[in-house]
Amino acid sequence: MLLEVRDLHVEFRTRDGVANAVNGVTYSVDEGETLAVLGESGSGKSVTAQAVMGILDTPPGKITAGEILFRGQDLLKFKEEERRKVRGAQMAMIFQDALSSLNPVLSVGAQLGEMFTVHRGMSRKDAKAKAVELMDRVRIPGAASRVGDYPHQFSGGMRQRIMIAMALALEPALIIADEPTTALDVTVQAQVMDLLAELQRELDMGLILITHDLGVVADVADRIAVMYAGRIVESAQVHDIYKAPAHPYTKGLLESIPRLDQKGKELYAIKGLPPNLLHIPPGCAFNPRCPMAQDVCRTDVPPLYEVTGAGPDRRSACHFWRECLDG
Amino acid sequence: MAEMNAPGGEPILRVRGLVKYYPLTQGILFRKQVGAVKAVDGVDFDLGAGETLGIVGESGCGKSTVARMLVNLERPTAGEIRYKGEDITRLSGRALKAVRRNIQMVFQDPYTSLNPRMTVGDIIGEPYEIHPEVAPKGDRRRQVQDLLDVVGLNPEYINRYPHQFSGGQRQRIGIARGLALRPEIIVADEPVSALDVSVQAQVINLMDRLQSEFHLSYVFIAHDLSIVRHISDRVGVMYLGRIVETGRDAEIYDHPTHPYTQALLSAVPVPDPEAREHRERIILYGDVPSPAHIPSGCRFRTRCWKARERCALEVPLLAVPAEFRYESGPAAHDSACHFAEEKQVVPPEEPPEERPEERPEERK
Repeated sequence: MLLEVRDLHVEFRTRDGVANAVNGVTYSVDEGETLAVLGESGSGKSVTAQAVMGILDTPPGKITAGEILFRGQDLLKFKEEERRKVRGAQMAMIFQDALSSLNPVLSVGAQLGEMFTVHRGMSRKDAKAKAVELMDRVRIPGAASRVGDYPHQFSGGMRQRIMIAMALALEPALIIADEPTTALDVTVQAQVMDLLAELQRELDMGLILITHDLGVVADVADRIAVMYAGRIVESAQVHDIYKAPAHPYTKGLLESIPRLDQKGKELYAIKGLPPNLLHIPPGCAFNPRCPMAQDVCRTDVPPLYEVTGAGPDRRSACHFWRECLDG
Repeated sequence: MAEMNAPGGEPILRVRGLVKYYPLTQGILFRKQVGAVKAVDGVDFDLGAGETLGIVGESGCGKSTVARMLVNLERPTAGEIRYKGEDITRLSGRALKAVRRNIQMVFQDPYTSLNPRMTVGDIIGEPYEIHPEVAPKGDRRRQVQDLLDVVGLNPEYINRYPHQFSGGQRQRIGIARGLALRPEIIVADEPVSALDVSVQAQVINLMDRLQSEFHLSYVFIAHDLSIVRHISDRVGVMYLGRIVETGRDAEIYDHPTHPYTQALLSAVPVPDPEAREHRERIILYGDVPSPAHIPSGCRFRTRCWKARERCALEVPLLAVPAEFRYESGPAAHDSACHFAEEKQVVPPEEPPEERPEERPEERK
């Protein structure tokens, strides 16, 4: 297994108290596999990714428990020095907002080349040649003439390509893409997702795709992990989950999105709001919004049950996953 | 020019030849105009009473500028906006004020469109300061509480501040403010795109309900094609300042004839993993050209896979294409393309027969 996150807990100390952003997340990705981590804002999907990358702001954040195994080694036991060698070279991240993730006063060529001068000790001239090669690879037209341009001279889609180029520079084994196409228009989103999928196949990378878009997930993912209030509430193969969700939250999400190919009358809406992380409800965190909630849901935190008979390697954190599967 | 007669008699809003250019100038002392950003470059549409017109397009296509002109936040460079027959672009003073009462706007970002220093009661009640005839002074508090109730918020929250609400609740406040003057038309510019998926559905349902309750007409502007289909009776697809295709929702989504619409629809990810194998995707190359340098002829030709010489020379008009003119089928709707062709890009609801191993859909 390329990456295994085991029972990860992250909390943030804030003025108003301790916010439990991640409460026992377990997931894994293999080489060449795409895992989609789906969740709404505040579900902890990005915080988990930051912990994996080792770019979590500490303080205020703090990893209180868990393991992050990369090729069997626990990254949390690494010294910062060792961690830095892993980051960029073996795992890389693509952020949502390319404009604010790129340095506005350095040319893109300099920023891409920096990967090679810092990690590989190349000369600046060689690094620049490498930068052009990378820009070509992510299909930026006229790469050689644009290598000296600054981020603001590129369009949104092109900037996201540069982010991808930067992540791929050292051919890492794992890419974490945090909402890589959320800020882009649909036609450009399709271009960028296509490119990402193609490069992933080519390099046989593991890809963690963090998103809130059920459409994007259905398009590219192999496996899916749904997060809610800092926990995985359901994980399964992508086909199985869309066919029959085993958690009421997933089910609610799938029913609440309007579809391009159907015109329904009223949309199903999950009632209420996502919980405040300072005051996560006791029992199942979803119980105040759940149409199936019983007394046990208000008192007992559901473990991540193994779901049987509806696809391989499937889990659901619902006491009533059977009922949920049945309808 | 093509007539888009809205069903059910006289349109409440009739827009013709709407244009907005922003001048590009050079020089400090002697400013001279060196060009123009053609944000909106000739838009026509009708809005029927009680109808929802969806306008979709990518960023920079001019859809928000259209919205702002409809509510008079921007003055058009040319063209007319007729509200019940009267051209509101020529009105001023008292007459304009009276019309504006009837066309209200809901903004995209519920975080920046509400003044953080005003209470919810003041925000929703502010329109009454300008139009005191709608609610007499002593009655306003009760009116605001009624509005809060209508949009599904607790009327006791009247003294709270925007930061005490979540995104979805804030958008409800924005909607309540839009409703305060009891308008006939609401222009909603990306009203749900800043919201989480589970909250989007709540706000869409609320807008649906309010429409039938108050007999509102909506101009609903969004980039999310699925949401637009859900809420709209008719849809207009915009590209670079113009509507390139328009028709009833099924005409646009199931029988698009303009290549841009086809590409746009095929690019939308469908939340169904089974669809990815048997779905044809049209990937457009390149980016939208700058609205300061619009290509000659058809403005989509630089990204179009069908473009031929004629496309560079002749501007295609928004009309029923000649191929479909004598048909009565769903493909016979307005489309600004010389080589319009019907093409189904959104997979049909029922999965095709040739997949015997498929289990029937278990989802409702």
